[in-house]
Amino acid sequence: MRSDANVRKAPRALTAAAVAGLLFLHVPLALILLYAFSTEDASYEFPPPGLTLRWFAVAWGRQDIWDALALSLRVAAFSTLIAMLLGSLAAAAMSKTRFFGRESVSLLIILPIALPGILTGISLRSAFNLAGIPFSVWTIVLGHATFCVVMVYNNVVARFRRMPGSWIEASMDLGADGFQTFRYVLLPNLATALLVGGMLAFALSFDEVIVTTFTAGQQSTLPIWMLTELVRPRQRPVTNVVAVFVIVVTFAPLVFAQLLARRAGGAGEGGPR
Amino acid sequence: MDSAVRFRKVSLRYGRVVALDGIDLAIRSGEFFGILGPSGSGKTSCLRLIAGFDRPTEGEIELHDRPATAVAPYDRDVNTVFQDYALFPHMNVEQNVGFGLMVKGVGRRARRERVGEMLEMVRLEGLGGRRPSELSGGQRQRVALARALVNRPSVLLLDEPLGALDLKLRQQMQVELRALQRTLGITFIFVTHDQGEALSMSDRLAVFNRGRIEQVGTPREIYEQPSTQFAAQFVGDSNIVEQRDAGAASHARGWFSLRPEKVHLSIREPAADGGSVAVMGVVADVQFHGASVRYVVSLSDGRSMTAVAGNLGSRAEASDVGPGDRVWLNWRFEDLHRLRDPEGA
Amino acid sequence: MAAALPAAARPRLGRVLSSALLLRPKLLLALLLVPPLLWLGVVYLGAMLALLVQSFFSIDEFTGLIQRTLTLRTYAELLRPAHLDIILRTAAMAGAVTLASAVVAFPVGYYMARYASGRAKTIFYLAVMLPLWSSYLVRVYAWKLILAKEGIVTWTATELGLEGWLDALLSIPVIGGTALSVSYVGTFTVFVYIWLPYMILPIQAALERVPQSIIDASADLGAPPHRTFRDVILPLAFPGVVAGSIFTFSLTLGDYIIPQIIGSSRLFLGQVVYIQQGTAGNIPLAAAFCVVPIVVMSIYLSVAKRLGAFDAL
Repeated sequence: MRSDANVRKAPRALTAAAVAGLLFLHVPLALILLYAFSTEDASYEFPPPGLTLRWFAVAWGRQDIWDALALSLRVAAFSTLIAMLLGSLAAAAMSKTRFFGRESVSLLIILPIALPGILTGISLRSAFNLAGIPFSVWTIVLGHATFCVVMVYNNVVARFRRMPGSWIEASMDLGADGFQTFRYVLLPNLATALLVGGMLAFALSFDEVIVTTFTAGQQSTLPIWMLTELVRPRQRPVTNVVAVFVIVVTFAPLVFAQLLARRAGGAGEGGPR
Repeated sequence: MDSAVRFRKVSLRYGRVVALDGIDLAIRSGEFFGILGPSGSGKTSCLRLIAGFDRPTEGEIELHDRPATAVAPYDRDVNTVFQDYALFPHMNVEQNVGFGLMVKGVGRRARRERVGEMLEMVRLEGLGGRRPSELSGGQRQRVALARALVNRPSVLLLDEPLGALDLKLRQQMQVELRALQRTLGITFIFVTHDQGEALSMSDRLAVFNRGRIEQVGTPREIYEQPSTQFAAQFVGDSNIVEQRDAGAASHARGWFSLRPEKVHLSIREPAADGGSVAVMGVVADVQFHGASVRYVVSLSDGRSMTAVAGNLGSRAEASDVGPGDRVWLNWRFEDLHRLRDPEGA
Repeated sequence: MAAALPAAARPRLGRVLSSALLLRPKLLLALLLVPPLLWLGVVYLGAMLALLVQSFFSIDEFTGLIQRTLTLRTYAELLRPAHLDIILRTAAMAGAVTLASAVVAFPVGYYMARYASGRAKTIFYLAVMLPLWSSYLVRVYAWKLILAKEGIVTWTATELGLEGWLDALLSIPVIGGTALSVSYVGTFTVFVYIWLPYMILPIQAALERVPQSIIDASADLGAPPHRTFRDVILPLAFPGVVAGSIFTFSLTLGDYIIPQIIGSSRLFLGQVVYIQQGTAGNIPLAAAFCVVPIVVMSIYLSVAKRLGAFDAL
């Protein structure tokens, strides 16, 4: 009877506190947007002395930014693909059957995100050193895929659990073997969960900096570029422009993922009610 | 008579839980067979074994006299109507119903034809384009039925088919399912916990309790001659009577089942004759059931008995009997049915 | 009308394979689990174990070379006052950040769970998730702008005539500093800001699971709203708070970027690890330091599990 809760109005103090919390989250982002137009490039003077669009053009011309962006996209793409594969397999295994050590597997999948990133980063770095593996795109991907798995896993396993076991049985009962059942019944219903998980994994990889600094060697992903700029700023507003770009780019898939998740939530109607 | 399904000493265990314990069962081809029992009795497990979703821990299963224990569900000539219908939400009605045909490689035109025929048979013509979420509960069930039957299986399984429907719809579906089965001539096996349903729809039925079969027979056989106390009390209402005194020659001591409608309630002491027993008691409760009236009567030794009388209105002798009144109950010896396996003997 | 079996074709490979797997559910399970487990086991666990083993090695102070003999000397190093300081400082910050996030996050989560619906709820979700996903660095960077001497905080304080308050804040020993961007106060604020969404979401999820009927029952039994809140809603929301605290605590423990950008020269645990494995080349010490958050989080996680946080994730 959830509908009753919506009829009541929230106490003023609560609404104020909630809104204040949200503002706290978003005002800094808005400020970044503002500073991207500032004419002042040597300090973070507020209010900005003037507004201009020229930093956007400058950013467009900086090759190092484009290189970093390209690398970030490549790494994110590969990591997402690997994470989707591994995450789905794990989700399929964990969703129905009970087996010995099930909780441990679940813990193992979450661990890369639960433990501080610096730990993952250092472990991988010293392991690569020990094994004599040179740092490259692939060492970055290795690190990213490991903690992206949990994003895909969470989404897919949740969908698996909401899927009545009777669908699979019905499909087999009607003559479809395991592979046909996967193709005609499972896959269509898992597709949105896979997509959502994949997008979240992509966003996570695109943004990641801690593990990346340890596994990257000489290359710069976009976050690494930003980190260097933060520590030794060259043209501050350019950094702001890139920051604005990152916010916008992350916003789109996020909204998309949210809408997909909501739509899929209501698409499970095949039973008596 | 060839059997559609045969169980030979089938047991099903999950760890320490025994779902089925050494079941022997033979279901004949072409019959409407009911599997009746309370929850946990093993009736659903039975169905799942026939369909092939589970494998028995012990014993053999035969379908049409061919071994089927290790045959996958998709290779069996059996189709199921699931309790939650299990319609695929991402497909419309036509695609759902045609699924089994599509998977077997039947061409699109043949599929469309057969699906159309099937939808007509279950009275859903014209709804092929709808999605399951746009249908009512009753309609979804027909889709599930059509989807199973379009494959022309030799055995159709129905898991609690009428449970989700309201009373009127249930009565209607009972009639329709019987008619459908007679038209198609295939074996229907259905599982239910509702004894009224089981009695009215089955040609024969099996009463399950805690993983074992209590009795197999026609509805009338089971109702009139229950062999165990469980069968007597689960199928219909029953008084369990212990006959202690010698009474008539053929009735020695023992435990008997006595149907409430065979117990006659009167205000005056009934005339004694050699063929009946009479006892006195006090009415504890009167329940009006429309077509009948049910009396719960406490006897002097503390036991209570139930008597059911047709609602004859003011013509009945006991029409204004109420709680607290003294009444006589009497019944004939031949209405007692001896129980095998009495509890409390 | 006994149906004939489908036309006798040679059984397809797919069917044969499928039946084989169906009969051996354990094999199917193994096939599904092996790839992810292999990856995680080798790449992640393997690397971590390799690192932790090194915490039992030690470094020779004179040569700077790592001696690969097992010893507890490096762990003894951890107990040096300077190092203990670092550990305690980091733990204290983590605790403070967790408490503050919980306080700020609770109203937001509460409002989202109980008063927002439909479109409003989606907007709230997006509003909370957007900062979460829009680049950690960008958000840290934003605070560098905000806390800078010439930035908006100073400007606001000056406009409102509150410079006195600002200076007083900065002159508090320990947490103050010469400027906001190099004080603990600054670091603290940034930490709270960054991890806030991690705290909001589990609280919201936990509160959403409280059926309205329970609250009605409490009122029906005579409890005034604040008692209902204290005795019914808060305990039910608590696992959500604990779940969120796992993130805030753990992430603060290991972070080395935020203290570097907004902080004093006094080091936090993450920074020490970074320096030790980097320029100092003292991997054993770095590894030993790493063990601290692992141990702390293991204890934290088992307590959290007992408090029901895992169901609230």
